Amino acid sequence: MSDDNNPFPGENNTGHVWDDSLRELLNDPPTWWRIGFHASWIFVIVYCILYPAWPLLTTSTKGVLGWTSLGEYREDLKAIEEVRGPYEKKLKGMSAAAILADDELSNYVVRSAKVLFGDNCSACHGSGGQGIVGFPVLADDDWLYGGTVTDIEATITMGRKGMMPAQAALVNDAEADKLASAILAGNVASEPLFMEKGCVGCHGVDGKGMAPLGSANLTDSVWRFVAEDQAYSIKHTIMHGVNDPSDPKTRNAEMPTFGGTKLSETDIKKLAVYVHKLGGGQ
Amino acid sequence: MDKVTKIDQSSVDELYEEAGYWHVNTGDQIIHAKRMSGRFRTIKWYTATVWLIYFLGPYLRWGDRQAVLFDIPNRKFHIFDITIMPQDVWLLAMILLFFAIMLAAVTSIAGRVFCGYFCFQTIWTDIYTFIEEKIEGSPAKRHKLDKMPWNAEKIRKKVIKHSLWLLIGMLTGIAFTTWFTDAYEIWGDYFTLEAGIVAWTSVLMFTLGTYILAGFMREQTCFWLCPYARIQGVMYDTQTILPTYDINRGEPRGRLVKGNTVEGNGDCISCNQCVAVCPTGIDIRHGQQEGCITCGLCLDACDSVMDKIGKPRGLIRYSSHEELQGKKPQPLHKRPRVIIYFSIMLLAASGLLYGLTNLGTFDLKVIHERQPLFVKLSNGSIQNKYILKILNKTDKNMHISIDVDGPENLQTQGLKEKTLLPSGKLSSFTIFIRIPMKNLEDDRTPVKFTIHSYESYDDSVEYQSMFYAPKF
Repeated sequence: MSDDNNPFPGENNTGHVWDDSLRELLNDPPTWWRIGFHASWIFVIVYCILYPAWPLLTTSTKGVLGWTSLGEYREDLKAIEEVRGPYEKKLKGMSAAAILADDELSNYVVRSAKVLFGDNCSACHGSGGQGIVGFPVLADDDWLYGGTVTDIEATITMGRKGMMPAQAALVNDAEADKLASAILAGNVASEPLFMEKGCVGCHGVDGKGMAPLGSANLTDSVWRFVAEDQAYSIKHTIMHGVNDPSDPKTRNAEMPTFGGTKLSETDIKKLAVYVHKLGGGQ
Repeated sequence: MDKVTKIDQSSVDELYEEAGYWHVNTGDQIIHAKRMSGRFRTIKWYTATVWLIYFLGPYLRWGDRQAVLFDIPNRKFHIFDITIMPQDVWLLAMILLFFAIMLAAVTSIAGRVFCGYFCFQTIWTDIYTFIEEKIEGSPAKRHKLDKMPWNAEKIRKKVIKHSLWLLIGMLTGIAFTTWFTDAYEIWGDYFTLEAGIVAWTSVLMFTLGTYILAGFMREQTCFWLCPYARIQGVMYDTQTILPTYDINRGEPRGRLVKGNTVEGNGDCISCNQCVAVCPTGIDIRHGQQEGCITCGLCLDACDSVMDKIGKPRGLIRYSSHEELQGKKPQPLHKRPRVIIYFSIMLLAASGLLYGLTNLGTFDLKVIHERQPLFVKLSNGSIQNKYILKILNKTDKNMHISIDVDGPENLQTQGLKEKTLLPSGKLSSFTIFIRIPMKNLEDDRTPVKFTIHSYESYDDSVEYQSMFYAPKF
């Protein structure tokens, strides 16, 4: 459009007019916008110089600061190691019992072994050692293989697999009922069948179990195999035993081995102290 | 107007000349307000000195530390003898409430006193324009200088002015940081360039912020940035005293002719002095408006002119809307707004006083272990696990005893006779409580933890928690 036909001359417009009055002006962008625009491209250039930015064929530009996300991660890790290092070094040369006796170190262990416990133990024993049906509670004071920190350390290192033979061939239904109700009442030692059927061999004359064998204490209030109908559960254990390969209905109870390649000795010591402090260590 | 006063026409001609510069300012023009001495000018200087506390306060010592120090990295606020930790931060809410309501109370009685006499924006701008006038001269000269092409003279004046402005900005920034880091130490850090990034950033932000806000934005900040200016309308009422132009006395206004007021005209001689001195560039004769920061400078200006033409002072004066209409002002204690505001202030102040006098020595939190909620032990007792978090708020190491109250036969494990609580630190203890089933009556039983200090037995703190058992 020539200037003569421009209905709004001298207005700094492009000369394009629609609908009689709608036209495009040639105003400069606002100052704030231009500041933002220039600041942006300056930022991009500065960023590209300072930080890794442009992908090349096999590598990328490195940036003069030498920053990498992996490097930052490693630095953070180093900072953590600096705090943990001295403790871990001390723990290496100490026995689990000595760690437990030291307030500061056992405090450190309780904090730092939480992750270890979560990774290795909580799948079966629950996040707080509360146990899951079929797996023992670690927060109580009842221990099949002994509750001292040394016992716990041994249990973690070597694993445990107790054995109770199925008694179905020796004990009839009525006898099993009788034994079960005596165990439930906590006075199995006074039940004649207890002696007669040879239970005392493993569970002891007083029925309190023997830690070296991992036989259960039959007189306390804690049950290894908890069930709604506890009497029935006890009877089932008597009839089919625990880990008895000859009985397909037998109870399965196996603690895997964590020693050797799975966990380091220090980690096991830490876990032993952690478990000991869950609430029932002896 | 029976008596027509004969005055010197030439002395008012000057004033009319100055008035020629005024027009409504929407930020497109820099306001160069005229400076005049007077009552309110003097008051303003005095009230501005309050801000000396901001600059000098941090150098006050209290014992072996700074008297008032907001130690952010260590999460401790030291105010003379008192140390406030994050746990007591609700006190801050009381302080904020007090000052927020005080602002409302003062505004309802006497308008924007804060804006006019105490606000940092007003005062820093005042100092900046004071420097500007000392270097570049009167408003008329400044207008001329601004229009002048660049030459050695203009460059010299501008460089000096902006350097001084930036210096004040920097001092403001440094003063800010001295409240958060030891004032004497941080000066050393600045000179040896060893201050932390946060300190440098604060100084930079404050320098630029002060320079831009007080040097360039000035009254535009009050107009468009400050929320207080916008809500003043709901804080005023007809009894609020404000700088008011007495329209009954002043109108109709008209210029002096040959040194005489024109017959029938009011006392206002259209000299525009009230406008020339206004730091926000408004005309008070249009009545109350959002641009008025009630600084009182137009009162000084008008009074000086009234003196000059032999009229009584107070054509512009502090007056309420009702007073202007001839009503008698109500005493303060009969105004509902004042009563309500002061009641809330009293409440906030009481809360603050209570808080400060009852800060306590410890802070105790008892966290009940959730997994498991409870454990059955081999003897049939129930065991619960608790984590005690105890904060020693004092600056001395303390020894404490922890007691647990609950049902009969309650036993605890993990308690020590005398436990060390390092000063200013949060210590954590794990405690087991065992209760035989026969002593429990419900699946939830309250237990109470009490902590006593060996150093002063009266310092104790309690925490009520719950003991969980299997469902009954």
